[in-house]
Amino acid sequence: MFLINYIKEVAAAIGSLLKGMRRTGYYFTHHKEIITQQYPDNRDHLNLPERFKGEVVMPHNEANEHRCTGCTACELACPNGTIKVITKFDITPEGKKKKAIDKLVYHLELCTLCNLCIEACPSDAIKMAQTFEHSVFDRSQLTKILNNPDSKIMDGVE
Amino acid sequence: MQETIGHSATGDLVINVGPQHPATHGVLHLVIHLQGETITKVEPHLGYIHRSIEKMCESLTYRQFIYVTSRMDYLSAHINNLACALCVEKGLGVEIPERAQVIRVLMSELTRIASHELWWGAMAMDLGAFTPFFHAFRERESINDIMEETCGARLTMNYMVPGGVMMDLHPNFQKRVKDFLQLYKSKIDEYDEMVTGNIIFQNRMKGVGYLSKEDAISFGCSGPTARASGVSCDVRKWYPYEIYSKLDFEEVIETGGDSLARYMVRIREMKESIRIVEQLIDAIPEGPFQAKTKAVLKLPKGEFYQQVETARGELGVYIVSEGGTTPYRIKFRSPGFSNLSALETMVKGSKIGDLVAAMGTLDLVIPDIDR
Repeated sequence: MFLINYIKEVAAAIGSLLKGMRRTGYYFTHHKEIITQQYPDNRDHLNLPERFKGEVVMPHNEANEHRCTGCTACELACPNGTIKVITKFDITPEGKKKKAIDKLVYHLELCTLCNLCIEACPSDAIKMAQTFEHSVFDRSQLTKILNNPDSKIMDGVE
Repeated sequence: MQETIGHSATGDLVINVGPQHPATHGVLHLVIHLQGETITKVEPHLGYIHRSIEKMCESLTYRQFIYVTSRMDYLSAHINNLACALCVEKGLGVEIPERAQVIRVLMSELTRIASHELWWGAMAMDLGAFTPFFHAFRERESINDIMEETCGARLTMNYMVPGGVMMDLHPNFQKRVKDFLQLYKSKIDEYDEMVTGNIIFQNRMKGVGYLSKEDAISFGCSGPTARASGVSCDVRKWYPYEIYSKLDFEEVIETGGDSLARYMVRIREMKESIRIVEQLIDAIPEGPFQAKTKAVLKLPKGEFYQQVETARGELGVYIVSEGGTTPYRIKFRSPGFSNLSALETMVKGSKIGDLVAAMGTLDLVIPDIDR
């Protein structure tokens, strides 16, 4: 009796294994159902959504102008001290002093991509870029200066 | 100091599982005492991934501290953030727009499905079946894509802010979710075919890792672990937050108390979450997605507590405020810690091979336990 039960159990186990294997066989013969993407090969047509948080960048227009007023709202909003705003005083044509950014230092190695700085920015000067391949050989390369050299603030942005 | 390897005073064989072990799903260290092949004692050692999140939160403002909680239970990051946002809102006394509430519930339920999805794959892998893992990840991937499109990230979204959500829904959101529901319904039967109905699987799960109702309550278990032992503890039903009180869904309860019951609770819970998403996806009200809040949030002096139901159980957020911009003290009551403490009772007296099966059904996320 024990032996019969034992054989029955083994047979049932093999039966249910085959049932599961039928699924595997189905996908083996139906190549259209496979959704795997071959990552490094598909770089050219890899489309990331426009909201994807890759890194913080500062867009500049053709005249090398940005929208950053140097208000340090992003620096205050950042939980990790990722952003450091270094300001300077420009002399306007009228001879007045005007606060402007000298450097906006961005530490990608500290950034958790939480989007709080972009939410905090009152003049939409920074945004998230869709890049994600950030690996470099030296950590110092991850410290970036977001504004271009000799860039100016756009007219009309206060 | 007890022995961590070799033989104990009673002659038991002492072995270590972890901290680096494929079955522990993270850096959990279990010291197991064995009498032959029978487990006499299991002792979890914690602290390998302690990042002092609670202490970190004390130096962050009420807007900033939310993102850290995504790193606790990373599989239900949305729900963790929601708990913190709700607690801060409770202190501020802000009214949340209905659209934001619906979006929050939708995201929470999608997260729950994704989390159970991953658990299902990992559970089957603990028992030696590798294929289900890929099948689970295929469906989870479509949820991740939805998250990526709307929130901008796949795992640590940081989408909930005090007052609502950070961004409005992506225009494609409804279509993508409907596509996902369709895909999911066509694939859910595969799960039963491959794993649930499998006789080898059932024999390894039935009667293993039994946790009685009394023990579940006394260990403070919550979520699917407690509900499998017949404890009714769904926070969404008992202390409804957001719009859960208006929704039509069942609290999934099994009375078996064994590994199979915990498995079935999670499988059924996924279907309940699908029901909630289906109810809401066509009824997202128009309106603002964020209430107007001040730039610098200050909570009044006092204590605030908010609990939510994550994929693993009850998460409580306790904030003590001194009236400043940063919390004076934050305490998280995480579900994983209490659920892990029931492990010894579950596996004592059973064979070492059943340990992994029983532990898999607890759905442990180690960063949630250690914080």
